Amino acid sequence: MSSTENPIRVEHLSHHYGRRQALVDVSFDVPAGKIFALLGPNGGGKTTLFKILCTSMVPNGEAAILPASDMKAGKMPALQTGRATICGYDVLTDPHAVRCCLGVVFQHPSLDGKLTVRENLRHQGHLYGLSGARLEARIDEMLARFRVADRAGDRVETLSGGLARRVDLAKGLLHAPRVLLLDEPSTGLDPHARWELWQLLDACRRQDNLTILMTTHFMDEADRCDCVGIIDGGRLVAVGSPAELKAQIAGECLHLQSDDPDGLTHGLKERFSLSPAIVGGTVRIEHPSAHELIPKIVEAFPDRITAVSLSRPTLEEVFMRHTGRRFEDAA
Amino acid sequence: MSSHILVNKIENLSSEKVDHPTAAVPARPRAWLAVLTLWQREVVRFLRQRNRIVGALGSPVVFWLLIGSGLGRSFQPPGSTVPISYLEYFFPGTLVMILLFTAIFSTISVIEDRREGFLQAVLVSPAPRWSIVMGKIMGGTTLAWMQGLLFCLLAPLSGIDLTLGRFAELVGIIFIISFGMTGLGFLVAWPMDSTQGFHAIMNLFLIPLWMLSGALFPAAGAPSIIRWIMLANPVTYAVSAVRSVFYDDMAAVAGGGLPGGAVSLVVSVLFALAMFAACVLLANRPGPGVQARGGGKHR
Repeated sequence: MSSTENPIRVEHLSHHYGRRQALVDVSFDVPAGKIFALLGPNGGGKTTLFKILCTSMVPNGEAAILPASDMKAGKMPALQTGRATICGYDVLTDPHAVRCCLGVVFQHPSLDGKLTVRENLRHQGHLYGLSGARLEARIDEMLARFRVADRAGDRVETLSGGLARRVDLAKGLLHAPRVLLLDEPSTGLDPHARWELWQLLDACRRQDNLTILMTTHFMDEADRCDCVGIIDGGRLVAVGSPAELKAQIAGECLHLQSDDPDGLTHGLKERFSLSPAIVGGTVRIEHPSAHELIPKIVEAFPDRITAVSLSRPTLEEVFMRHTGRRFEDAA
Repeated sequence: MSSHILVNKIENLSSEKVDHPTAAVPARPRAWLAVLTLWQREVVRFLRQRNRIVGALGSPVVFWLLIGSGLGRSFQPPGSTVPISYLEYFFPGTLVMILLFTAIFSTISVIEDRREGFLQAVLVSPAPRWSIVMGKIMGGTTLAWMQGLLFCLLAPLSGIDLTLGRFAELVGIIFIISFGMTGLGFLVAWPMDSTQGFHAIMNLFLIPLWMLSGALFPAAGAPSIIRWIMLANPVTYAVSAVRSVFYDDMAAVAGGGLPGGAVSLVVSVLFALAMFAACVLLANRPGPGVQARGGGKHR
């Protein structure tokens, strides 16, 4: 890989299961040392994209068999066009090279509960060709870094969720990958464990120039990343830093609840020449100074409005702007 | 605990110079190291779950003792010239049953590994698929092999004359049979996502295979359709390969219609190789094998 090329590149990637299109022409890049969040509702395509990137979704020539969880739908061909590269290697044609420079942390810890923390890491090291004193030194380093050294001799089944997540992260980073993929890393973690996880990820990125891609359906988690890609219905509807995405929204957002949202929308267009949209049953307006509009609108339609809310631009608002749906309704 | 002290020391050391991580350059993956590590894991896991030992070794021994001594001398294989007790006739069959049970049950762990998530990490590692298959099969083979040899020590109880030379032969033969059986179990377990399905296959397919292997009764005297099934059944050759070690003239003791020792050994080796090849092909195929439970959970 050339030093200028981005560690993660996705170019015009489309993926079908039979007739259902899981990904539609998805393109984005993640530069070295950045954290990229793939934000989207469940079923939006982020799991498919994650599997493609971690080399576990392999179309078999013209057809592949679906994941076991989808077997009910029968065996449908999985087709793929476009390409995805990790460290310059194509995930489809060169999965071996990709696996060497890739660390993966799955949604559910991939640890063996019957083995100790150290044994889990040792097996992982062996799978990546590390052994002997070099491996033991690396294990000690990772145990210290993820603050689980005092539990090294304990079986994994005795660890709490937060601790197991940290061990899993140490395992994923043991072979010093250049790219780390995380699938819903906050699943099952309490707020303190989530905060700790973030401190650790941030440290890894700063110290090792690690490039991180995570899938998430938490807005606040995406907000902490350098770059966010919003994925819905298999399409990447928006990409940019959280600040850039929020800047797309002109000023503030106003949400009006009404028994007659269509009539209210029509009235607002006529009287105030606004361009409101109906999102999840409420009327949504973007305006540079929406707070000044509130008294005017309420006075103009006194019996049509049941509730008014004003919000600063958030990723939630960005999602609504691009999909016309509320995030929680989409999930 | 000296290891704890050591760990703490290293922790202190590394926190001082945290800016310079070691092992920054990953090593090249080594296939045999992957085989060894997965093999070792199987054995360690087995030894930490003691009840599995009782399950795999205990129940066949009880079957053998009860059925074997119950039928006693009321059994005479057709075509045999030397009187034999059923305890003695049933011994090789019981041994193969132990191998089959241990091998098959150890491959159930493929399904558990998939469900618990361990396998998904192994599959995205650069270890080649054949080495993952080999590690898993060697693990199960070792467990079956050790229990089989342990059971062999009971052979003199049935009247079998177990010499050191015969035991040495069994060391090799039991290994080959165990490898083939574990491979068969792997083939069944790999595409499955529940252990219930595995038990169904086990009862419908594997136990009948064992019953029609000469383990319970010789081929001579059975209806011809049964004889044909027995000759097509790889387990038959496993039982005969073991039985032929115990006797200079197997047919004189155990009756006719069963394959000879040399043929049985060759078939068992070929079966083991064929199973391994099939497992590697299966594991290389994209689809459920590549898939872990991952996205299925929240659907």
